[in-house]
Amino acid sequence: MLLCPAMAHAETTATEADLRQIGRSGGGLRRMADRFGDRALLGLTALASLAAVALIALVIDRVVAGSMPSISKFGLGFLWHTTWNPSLSSGVRDSNVFGAGVLVYGTLVTSAIALLIAVPLGIAIGVYLSMLSSGRLAAVIGPLVELLASVPSVIIGLWGIVVLAPFLHSTIEPALHSALGWTAIFGEPGTTGLGIFNAGVVLSIMVLPIIAAITRDLFLNVPRELKEGALALGATRWEMIRTVVLHSTRSGIIAATILGLARALGEAIAVTQTIGAGTAIKASLFANGDTLGSRIAEQFIGAVSKLQVSSLFYCALILLVMELMANIGAQLIAGRYARLQGAVR
Amino acid sequence: MPGVQADKKQPPAAPSRPAPSVHVRGLRAFYGRAERVKGIDLDLPANEVTAIIGPSGCGKSTMIRCINRLHEEIAGARSEGRVLLDSVNIYDPAVDVIAVRRAIGMVFQRPNPFPAMSIFDNVAAGPRLSGVRRERLRQRVQDALESAGLWHEVHDRLSQPALALSGGQQQRLCIARALAVEPEVILMDEPCSALDPTATLRIEELLDDLKSRVTIAIVTHNMQQAARVADRTAFLLDGELIEVGPTQEIFTTPRDRRTEDYVTGKFG
Repeated sequence: MLLCPAMAHAETTATEADLRQIGRSGGGLRRMADRFGDRALLGLTALASLAAVALIALVIDRVVAGSMPSISKFGLGFLWHTTWNPSLSSGVRDSNVFGAGVLVYGTLVTSAIALLIAVPLGIAIGVYLSMLSSGRLAAVIGPLVELLASVPSVIIGLWGIVVLAPFLHSTIEPALHSALGWTAIFGEPGTTGLGIFNAGVVLSIMVLPIIAAITRDLFLNVPRELKEGALALGATRWEMIRTVVLHSTRSGIIAATILGLARALGEAIAVTQTIGAGTAIKASLFANGDTLGSRIAEQFIGAVSKLQVSSLFYCALILLVMELMANIGAQLIAGRYARLQGAVR
Repeated sequence: MPGVQADKKQPPAAPSRPAPSVHVRGLRAFYGRAERVKGIDLDLPANEVTAIIGPSGCGKSTMIRCINRLHEEIAGARSEGRVLLDSVNIYDPAVDVIAVRRAIGMVFQRPNPFPAMSIFDNVAAGPRLSGVRRERLRQRVQDALESAGLWHEVHDRLSQPALALSGGQQQRLCIARALAVEPEVILMDEPCSALDPTATLRIEELLDDLKSRVTIAIVTHNMQQAARVADRTAFLLDGELIEVGPTQEIFTTPRDRRTEDYVTGKFG
């Protein structure tokens, strides 16, 4: 027992000696440089974060300011009025009158089609990759699905024109029309295969990897003991997935869907390529249409009047608000999901 | 334990049909190339509690996970040999794995109630899968909760989330969930390892009631627990069955030197 205090003492002195040693060899300069480095790091990272926030503020400010003339001229009615006439000649009725009704409709409908296709498919991929495929196969397919997200949208749009349009026109649209034509939304096939339906399918290709990747991770994170708990009750794979996996991840799935929606709402170029630049709301999904993002991409450079430019800004503002709402919604739901997960662990 | 007394309204013993016995024959289990269970023969006699003891990593959990064919659910895991439920080999290709798992229930190491589900829905999950509905379902849930000694604690809050229960209650809920499927055998994989002594005691008391209806195997690293609850005890070491016999004998007069060393605490 007597040894212990002695040893403790020896250790203290040794540490003190070390400290003095460090003090002598390290030098005050080194310490000052370290401190300066840390401060610079703090400053630079904080600046970068602030810059991002400032950028959002600047964008919102610019969009709001740009849309002011159009807002004061057309008011909230802009949201549902369907006239979009940039013509300046006084002889034409409704010349220089703008309304985004067609575009809001087109944006919502193409996004809905995209989600209707991509959500079930994406969840199916997530289920397969996380629970049904062998590890080696998942290691190949998983990255490939994510690679789909890195295909530039303009290329997917091209594919939509060259491959999808003829296929939809010759095969899918006539089939849907003959089976479900009485519902009016599957009207006579168009002449080209371009239109709202094509744009929705193209968007679904962009949404798919988002849904697949997020749901796969969600399903992988469901604790194994829960899955086994269901199997031990005599559940089949599908019953296990339905009662435990999908059930306990549903808010995460909703959040993933909203993130996919945000992607679909904002896409411009691939939609411009495939939607056929329509100017009216038609019942049939095979008809031409247009979306907010697509209209901005088409007309901003060639706009003929200040009011047209301002109306395009107004479209951008509507889109921005939609996207912000989707993003905040996803974050709120994801937060709730994180808390639920916390309760599980 | 007044709570336990109040729950003992179950018709005593006198099972409508005796539970089956389980016979493990030449069982080997693998994870990839690693052999964790190396040819085990073991009997679980009907309506008895058999404890399976042994140091960590000896293959005791893996072995009982072969008895309800849960082992094969892990990627890369497989097994060889036979497991007979009375006389039916559950690994026979003609046997439905779902039916096996309905007949042979399992309680896991950590309580695993389904989150985002109520107390009622947790217990009802199994019977619902086999199509039990409405009044029969409600009765089945109540019976299972009574058998698990939990009914009096939860009967007025069945719709509350299962995760609101304490750890010990959650584990008894999981026992109720397993019982609600009306299995003939129950496998317990260290069911008390995450529980405090009081909750552990309650579950040990339950086993005594349950064995009138089901055959029970319980994996445990706690030798006192084995001594308290088990009629027979099997000692596993490094994937092999070293010795099995009446619990009393295993703990007082083991035949094998390694068993003696383990139960006297020379290693573990």
